[in-house]
Amino acid sequence: MLDSAAAGLPFREARLRLSTIFWRRPWLKALALLALPLAAFVFVYLGALVALFVSAFWQINDFTAKVEHVWTLDNFNTLIHDSVYRRIALRTIGLASAVTLTDAVLAFPLAYFMARIAGGKTRALLFVLVLMPLWSSYLVRIYAWRTILAHDGALNWSLNKIGLPNVGLLYTNWGMWIVFSYIWLPFMILPVYAALERIPQSYLEASQDLGGRGWRTLRSVILPLVLPGLVAGSIFTFSLTLGDFITPLLVGGPSSSFIGNVVEEQVGQPNVPFAAAFATVPVIVMGFYLLIARRLGAFEAI
Amino acid sequence: MAVESRAETERQHPVSPVAADVRLDRVTKNFDDVTAVDDVSLEIERGSFFALLGPSGCGKTTTLRMIGGFEEPNAGTIYLGEEPVTGKPPYKRDVNTVFQSYALFPHLSIFENVGFGLRRRGVRGADVRGRVTEILRLVGLSGMEKRKPRQLSGGQQQRVALARALVNRPRVLLLDEPLGALDLKLRKQMQLEMKAIQHDIGITFVHVTHDQEEAMTMADRIAIMNGGRIEQLGTPGELYEHPQTAFVAGFLGISNLLPGTVSAMDAVRLDDGTTVKVPQEALRGRSGRVAVGVRPEKIRLGHGEENRLSGHLLETAYVGVATQYVLDTRAGNISVYVQNSEPGAQQAVTGEISWSPDSTFVVDSMEGAEAE
Ligand SMILES: Nc1ncnc2c1ncn2[C@@H]1O[C@H](COP(=O)(O)OP(=O)(O)O)[C@@H](O)[C@H]1O
Ligand SMILES: [Mg+2]
Repeated sequence: MLDSAAAGLPFREARLRLSTIFWRRPWLKALALLALPLAAFVFVYLGALVALFVSAFWQINDFTAKVEHVWTLDNFNTLIHDSVYRRIALRTIGLASAVTLTDAVLAFPLAYFMARIAGGKTRALLFVLVLMPLWSSYLVRIYAWRTILAHDGALNWSLNKIGLPNVGLLYTNWGMWIVFSYIWLPFMILPVYAALERIPQSYLEASQDLGGRGWRTLRSVILPLVLPGLVAGSIFTFSLTLGDFITPLLVGGPSSSFIGNVVEEQVGQPNVPFAAAFATVPVIVMGFYLLIARRLGAFEAI
Repeated sequence: MAVESRAETERQHPVSPVAADVRLDRVTKNFDDVTAVDDVSLEIERGSFFALLGPSGCGKTTTLRMIGGFEEPNAGTIYLGEEPVTGKPPYKRDVNTVFQSYALFPHLSIFENVGFGLRRRGVRGADVRGRVTEILRLVGLSGMEKRKPRQLSGGQQQRVALARALVNRPRVLLLDEPLGALDLKLRKQMQLEMKAIQHDIGITFVHVTHDQEEAMTMADRIAIMNGGRIEQLGTPGELYEHPQTAFVAGFLGISNLLPGTVSAMDAVRLDDGTTVKVPQEALRGRSGRVAVGVRPEKIRLGHGEENRLSGHLLETAYVGVATQYVLDTRAGNISVYVQNSEPGAQQAVTGEISWSPDSTFVVDSMEGAEAE
């Protein structure tokens, strides 16, 4: 007994000394906590990004199909001047914007109901319903939508039942819009819900007290305070759509290629430098998107 | 004729001092099985500083929120002036609220916070600027227009909340423990400032607090609430000098309560056999068991006054301006305050005390309450 207590003493002293060191130098503690994730982030993520960006300035030798480490802007020239690629880029960005807008419009009322109106049980049920799709595979959900949108699918069957004609949504951009909006919706609902839940009831009462009716309170108090949540959600929906290539493959039509599809195809060619150049487009677009969001004051509201 | 002429004078003096700005008529509010406000009726005079005072959970906030329109009563009617407002939303009531947490909009500047109500009423441009600037000067915050609420101290935020409500010139201003989050020194200062502001602009203030000193300092009239009911309503002086219930006597300062039995129109026989004289109106037709009260600072050492008791000294405590003596008499323990400036304050206490019948009040016997 005594022995083990005595043996424990040096350990205890060392631990005390260590904790004193950490206490005196808070940055050391931060470093110790962050070292591992930081290393992973720098080497794996930033490293990959830099490699991607650098290789975009190389080119492929047409005969040997080997990458030549010669600096050139040819890849970007092609991207900008070839209307095919321009159209693909615009389609990707346009659809990502449409999906983001749709999800914002759908998510807000639902999140509002969950956060500020529903009681505990209803809220829990809605949470399960919102999250349940995320428990199943992404592919399963896309195939499910294919069977819904197919010519003899559930949608047309229902339309026929109520006397409406068939619609051909599968293999169109409309179909993609629907499927994307569905798949990414939870990623919008959750941050918007969190933002709504954080607004104290007294802010809404103060607005009413000062003469703000429902609509005015929504516009002048609720929306500005939810904006960070909406932006957070839109970063998910926008970037996830921007980088996707499976939905265009399975739901899109012959003229529904996304940036991701071209990248995949060019990697297979193999023309890695061109794929890399095209892959920088979503990164740049996201950069601009965040810049604009910051300008709008999305990150300073609270 | 008489009726007509009265109507005439009222038109000439719309701010007649007796008009009620807020009237509650038998208002009750239940939350599930809790009765937060229980059959409360009261009138708040136009232009007065009115305080709702009571311990935590007695229903003050609920009363205030019903006047503001944030809760609807289960029974009874609330009037603003002559107009019943029960069932109307807050934005249709001519009242503004200073919230306990201030509830300043964090995303708006001080200017936009204060101008919020004006803009909702269709005031535009230069008028908004003029009125916001004026009210910010009144509360001592000139030059802070561009700041955000989080850049202000607690006391400054409190002033913004006051300005944001006052700038709309409401009929009634509701304040829910507006000074609760401030430290003692600032609270004392704000009490006097708010009283001065209320005096200047003449808007009716309804002030909720659990701090009896704050209510006494600020209010013209105080309603003391207990368990969802109003125990007593009056000026600070009336409540202090003539409490009608043991609760009121105990809530406002220290008082000595001695059990006894009514023995005459103006006398009560204490349980030790001593008879004390009380003002006839203090008995108010009571009979049987009662408690006689007297404030410690109204008691004199020696047998110079009409109501006398004797006992022996239990404790002496020096409390700054006064010295507190606790005496054990056969009628019960009694606290006495003697001003330290008075001659003989430091003298040995003989155990003889006396006080004037005028300083004596009578409340219902506490024996029933104790048995509960
Ligand atoms: N929204 C509510 N739901 C349920 N009970 C409430 C609610 N608001 C107040 N109460 C209850 O009503 C009583 C009075 O509350 P309140 O008016 O806030 O008291 P005070 O402001 O005097 O401290 C308390 O018992 C409180 O628990
Ligand atoms: Mg309260």
